[in-house]
Amino acid sequence: MDFSIITTAIDNLLRSHLPEQAAILTECVLVALCLVLAYVVLAIVMIFMERKVCAAFQCRLGPMRVGYWGLLQVFADVFKMLIKEIISIKRSDRILYALAPYIVVMSSVLTFSCLPFARGLQALDFNIGVFFIMATSSFGVLGILLAGWSSNNKFSMIGAMRSGGQMISYELSVGLCMLTMVVLGGTMQISEIVEQQLDGWFIFKGHIPACIAFFIYLIAGNAETNRAPFDLPEAESELTAGFHTEYSGMHFGFFYVAEFMNLFIVAGIASTLFLGGWAPLHIPRLEGFNTVMDYIPGIVWMLGKTFFVIWLLMWIRWTFPRLRIDQVLVLEWKYLVPIGLVNLLIMTICVVAEWTF
Amino acid sequence: MRIKDTYIGIVATTVASLLTGLKTTVVEFFRPKVTEQYPENRATLHIPERHRARLYMPLDEEGRNRCIACRLCENACPNGTISITTSTITDEATGKSRKVLAEYSYDLGSCTFCQLCVNACPKDAIRFNNDFENAVFDRSKLVLKLNR
Amino acid sequence: MELEFIDKKELRTKLKELRNSGMDFLRELIGMDWGDEGLGVIYLLENSTTHENVGIAVRTTDRKKPTIPTVCDLWKVAELYEREVYDFYGIRFTGHPDMRRLFLRNDWVGYPLRKDYNPSEAINPIRLTSEPSEDLQRSYEIEEEKEFEAIAKRENFMHVDEYVINIGPQHPATHGVLRFRLALAGEEIRKIDIHCGYIHRGIEKLCESKSYPQLLAFTDRLDYLSAHQNRHAMCMCIEKAIGLDVTPRAQYLRTIMDELQRIDSHLLMLSCAAMDLGALTAFIYGFRDREKILDIFEEVTGGRLIQNYNIIGGVQADITPGWENKVKEYCTYQIDKIKEFEDLFVNCIITRNRMRGVSPLSLEDAISYGATGCTGRAAGWACDVRKRHPYALYGEVEFKEALRTHGDSYDRMLLRIDEIKESVSIIRQLIDNIPAGEFKQKTKPIIKLPEGRFFAAVEGSRGEFGVFIESHGEREPYRVKFRSMGLPLVACMHKILKGCKIADLITTGATLDYVIPDIDR
Repeated sequence: MDFSIITTAIDNLLRSHLPEQAAILTECVLVALCLVLAYVVLAIVMIFMERKVCAAFQCRLGPMRVGYWGLLQVFADVFKMLIKEIISIKRSDRILYALAPYIVVMSSVLTFSCLPFARGLQALDFNIGVFFIMATSSFGVLGILLAGWSSNNKFSMIGAMRSGGQMISYELSVGLCMLTMVVLGGTMQISEIVEQQLDGWFIFKGHIPACIAFFIYLIAGNAETNRAPFDLPEAESELTAGFHTEYSGMHFGFFYVAEFMNLFIVAGIASTLFLGGWAPLHIPRLEGFNTVMDYIPGIVWMLGKTFFVIWLLMWIRWTFPRLRIDQVLVLEWKYLVPIGLVNLLIMTICVVAEWTF
Repeated sequence: MRIKDTYIGIVATTVASLLTGLKTTVVEFFRPKVTEQYPENRATLHIPERHRARLYMPLDEEGRNRCIACRLCENACPNGTISITTSTITDEATGKSRKVLAEYSYDLGSCTFCQLCVNACPKDAIRFNNDFENAVFDRSKLVLKLNR
Repeated sequence: MELEFIDKKELRTKLKELRNSGMDFLRELIGMDWGDEGLGVIYLLENSTTHENVGIAVRTTDRKKPTIPTVCDLWKVAELYEREVYDFYGIRFTGHPDMRRLFLRNDWVGYPLRKDYNPSEAINPIRLTSEPSEDLQRSYEIEEEKEFEAIAKRENFMHVDEYVINIGPQHPATHGVLRFRLALAGEEIRKIDIHCGYIHRGIEKLCESKSYPQLLAFTDRLDYLSAHQNRHAMCMCIEKAIGLDVTPRAQYLRTIMDELQRIDSHLLMLSCAAMDLGALTAFIYGFRDREKILDIFEEVTGGRLIQNYNIIGGVQADITPGWENKVKEYCTYQIDKIKEFEDLFVNCIITRNRMRGVSPLSLEDAISYGATGCTGRAAGWACDVRKRHPYALYGEVEFKEALRTHGDSYDRMLLRIDEIKESVSIIRQLIDNIPAGEFKQKTKPIIKLPEGRFFAAVEGSRGEFGVFIESHGEREPYRVKFRSMGLPLVACMHKILKGCKIADLITTGATLDYVIPDIDR
């Protein structure tokens, strides 16, 4: 099913009733609304999922009280967060302090809008999509740095400095892994990349180098989202809550939601680049199986894959202890970057020599 | 140089050790959970008989206690949890007067459940029971009168 | 216990002599107020190889400005011990580099453990202002002309241009209310200043007004993870003094309970170390298993954390039928689950990298700081009281004293696992052979200790726990002193942590495994 039919219909409808400028403006507002709505709904789903998955890993049941099987727990939490007072800190930098959470959220919403949910269901799609994702996802660190700096808190400051060092370093590995897949696909346009995977996902097509890139991407992506074992900027046992120690109410909520959505985005990009995005699973020479798979809508595939990757990341998160800051950097600069570079080279050779499937 | 210390060796041992950890948690992921859902499980909750939750006075069928107001428990208590007031009554048959218990006051709020009072009691007049749901909104409600 | 009183002027020569003759372990440094005979200090020394003990005491009659020469250059742990004595008795130790109060606020008036202390609230009201951090270290030196007149010298400790942060008193990783002031250079720790006393309850002072059975209730509340062992030490000390022999059945039960308590404490340490390193799942696994021990405790003693099980002359209650089987089942379960914990956390490469080589304590330092328990044994010091001065059934059961050599955080953690396995083996040896008989002995309704000084020590969960009682033949003790297991561990932190990172402070705190109520008695 192609969602562009619906979007084109809406576009035509608007253009026939409104002048062109107004029609575009209305479309922008509509798209933004849909994005924010999807963003919030997914965040709520993810927070609930995190609680239940974490509980299951820890032999617990997780939230069970609010609503059947704890289903309303997240809504209760959101409500609590909304009614909490937003505290202003003595001698903090007021403007930057208030601005920081919005920068973080903005960065993640922008990246979120690049994800292809189904054929034609993608807000931003142009020829340098991968590049755009790398750019937008990387300015979230600015918000974290500002939050730490403006809080007038020494713990926050250390947390922010850690996150600066860590996120900028791991950007490199994320970029290298994406590049590896761009080399395989030969394009930077997200929709194009997914189209190419209709006859086989990149992780199968690119075999060994793609698998290595996938694993490096998972590790680096985990670090990008500041989640354990890379949660040093927060490191609750060392820095109480790191860069967001002084934030309360919805300002903290923004950091919280953005962290979860960054996880979704990392998983979403992983499934787009490696697991075929909304492309169904096709096995060559199994026509019957392929037809059945085609009946499952693309959005289910996309969300299914994304949530599977999220589950993988949660599995990692709830298994390992935290690294120390020097070890985080050693891991990146001594292991992930060199391996990533060599892997990029291997991939290029594979593509040039046509050793891909 | 041992293989373990080479670059590839380090990567391999790291991955192996991380995979062992992942295996451990995923096994636990599918095991039955251990959460006890108190208070929903009140019916099946097992509290050992000896659990010390609150001091009480066992009463006989007529509602009498065995306390002789000897104050041994009051003296044994390290932090003044127990206070006993007595009254003097005269036995009509013999004409002798003796002290009896008027009020046995027990402050649950300052009790440390050390069992010294129960140990001190010569008549087994006080014991601990299992009623552990003692939360109240007002401290004064924790001062209990044990005798009737 | 025999004491040798020495003149103040000869104290240092005598102690130096003893130190050089192999008395390298300062077991205990006890401040005393003997009333008219003056203030004084008792030193309990031990030879760490022959386990021979010596008690030395020194007195000064000057109550206004009492001074005693320091020994903190001979035994490093005396640095904190002497600060404690200064805090409570006002004795100034000349030559001590940092004579600040240890537990109380700097604006506290008077010395509370002196017998003539006035506890009136008018003198020391509850102060609602926060205490300014004192960065001045005060040390006293003796001027030659004025005999034993101490001259105060001050020195700046933390400077204004240093990046100083507080870890604690309310911090998720100090496991209680301990406060570290750190001077940082980036992530690196330059200086460490330890502030204790946030939950000091004055138990030692409190003990002086309570009868002996009432003292027992306090011991459980010192180190709540060694509740059994602490109480065991107190009971042993009193039983020793009144010459009471405990029945074999009670000895068996005490030993089994001590070992269960040790497993309980080590499990908690392992899980909390996991939590401090950010591995929350391992933390929950440890607590899940620990819950089983607490159930076992509750079954027999009626308490989970604070059990109140040992009493003078035996134990509180006999075991319930079928309890032995529960313990045996648990032993099998625990050995199985320890494997899981090792797979998940202990052998994990991240844990290993976070802990290997972090904050190593050398053997000499371990002895000098008196860091007993797993910390000392990880450095290779055979300091187990169960082997040094066997008590209860430890002389009869077969067990190996687990030792390691590096003394770093990782060894300290591994040693706990070794000890859990040893404890399980001890319990297995005993649980089937509990002899029949009485579980407690009758004692007099009012227990009075004969005049004298008594000391008993047990191996607590994190080191040697000792109880010192000076009795003047009254219903109440004249002086009670508990040897804290945690204070020596905290004392050595500034030594082993210099140049480490903030994250290493957390790791070290977790593996030293101090319990704050035991430091702040």
